Amino acid sequence: MSNINIDNQNINLEISLLLEAIFNKYGYDFRNYSKAHIKRRILHRLSLSGLDNISAMTHKAIYDKNFASQILLDFSINVTEMFRDPDFYFFIRKEVIPILKTYPFVKIWHAGCATGEEVYSMAILLKEENLYDRTQIYATDFNAKVIKSAKDGIYSIKNIKDFTRNYQKAGGKESFSDYYTANYNSVIIDNSLKKNIVFSEHNLVTDSVFAEVNMIICRNVLIYFNRDLQNKVMNLFNDSLVPGGILGLGTKESLQFLEKGKNYNCIDLKNKIYRKKYNV
Amino acid sequence: MSKKYKAIVIGTSAGGLEALVKILMPLPKDFSLPIIIVQHISPDSDNYMTQYLNSVCDINIKEADEKEKIKAGNVYIAPPNYHLLIEENFTLSLSNQEKVNFSRPSIDVLFETAAYAYGSTLIGVILTGANNDGSKGMKLIHNFNGLTIAQDPKTAYVDNMPLAAIKATKIDYILPLEKIAELLIKIHSGQKKKK
Repeated sequence: MSNINIDNQNINLEISLLLEAIFNKYGYDFRNYSKAHIKRRILHRLSLSGLDNISAMTHKAIYDKNFASQILLDFSINVTEMFRDPDFYFFIRKEVIPILKTYPFVKIWHAGCATGEEVYSMAILLKEENLYDRTQIYATDFNAKVIKSAKDGIYSIKNIKDFTRNYQKAGGKESFSDYYTANYNSVIIDNSLKKNIVFSEHNLVTDSVFAEVNMIICRNVLIYFNRDLQNKVMNLFNDSLVPGGILGLGTKESLQFLEKGKNYNCIDLKNKIYRKKYNV
Repeated sequence: MSKKYKAIVIGTSAGGLEALVKILMPLPKDFSLPIIIVQHISPDSDNYMTQYLNSVCDINIKEADEKEKIKAGNVYIAPPNYHLLIEENFTLSLSNQEKVNFSRPSIDVLFETAAYAYGSTLIGVILTGANNDGSKGMKLIHNFNGLTIAQDPKTAYVDNMPLAAIKATKIDYILPLEKIAELLIKIHSGQKKKK
């Protein structure tokens, strides 16, 4: 076998030891994430760190909390935007809101909310549909730093043009600029949108059910998990959703190959929006 | 050409659709090497390109799905706005992490993960395009002793991408599109005979 193939085997071994160390020391479990994704993130951090190899990263991660927290950030899925995939929100507004309106009180869980852009998008939509005042949104992410910035709701002003275009495509009814205050190079989300949102740390891999909810939004998170972990998280969602509850996934995610998939009807194939059956 | 190749990755950008037609159309229906493709496309595009290619080519062309097992005889195309990665157990993964070389999907992301998965049994093909995405990936494919092919820059709609790859690493074949298709068919039929 050539040297480069042996090197690759050693790299994979070092990666699994690093993930083991992070789990044992800090309790965050990435061992069932997509290996190709994790490898790219680790090799990227290695090249920025100036360290010689991944084993040196492991040593540093054990002894240097800040370095470990940098690795956790590398593993976070933190690319998002307001009204990402506007069609998704258009469908929610047209078809899902009427369902939610039949409940006296609505609970929504946004799992893996990253920096919060899509949480505020949902809040805006609910407000415009006169549902926000009887809604409670739980927005969760495993990463404390990320949850902090979601809670702050401060975003770079250079994204506002895209956000505004998305908002309009998603069927927005008002002027998008009503929802934020611009300040130099950033915008801050209006406080009235924050009042019914609870931001908190929750780890889909290791934590359990915390509430019974009418809708779960979890977009572009499951794609980073291997099939076993996808099934495990889907069990968690299934236990949290009321009968007839709504599940919104990312465009390229699907329940088709998951064990709990049979409990759901797909109500929008393109946007991957599902509804839990009543008799399961 | 004694080596047995197991997969082909192709990366292209500006002018890519026409180039892909010229490479994929001549391939026979029983072409059994899986092909995985990144073409830079706008995040808002639908799957028109995949449908069009599938309608004009004999081989089966589909948009890549996450966790999908890579099967012989299929062509997989990265969906708009997602990186396409190859796992070392030969399944496909998608990611919407930040852009790489201003691109999502990025050719380097596909090529580098493919090199780790397939090692020396990978063929990397870089075609027309306006930036240098893919050149790092081609370098890794070469380092793993995979086969590297670039479209002859003189024949490319935009020559930056093949030129960047040629500058970055050793390219085994620099050919116009028609000859690339011929070479892939020749490699494939050579491997079939040996079975």
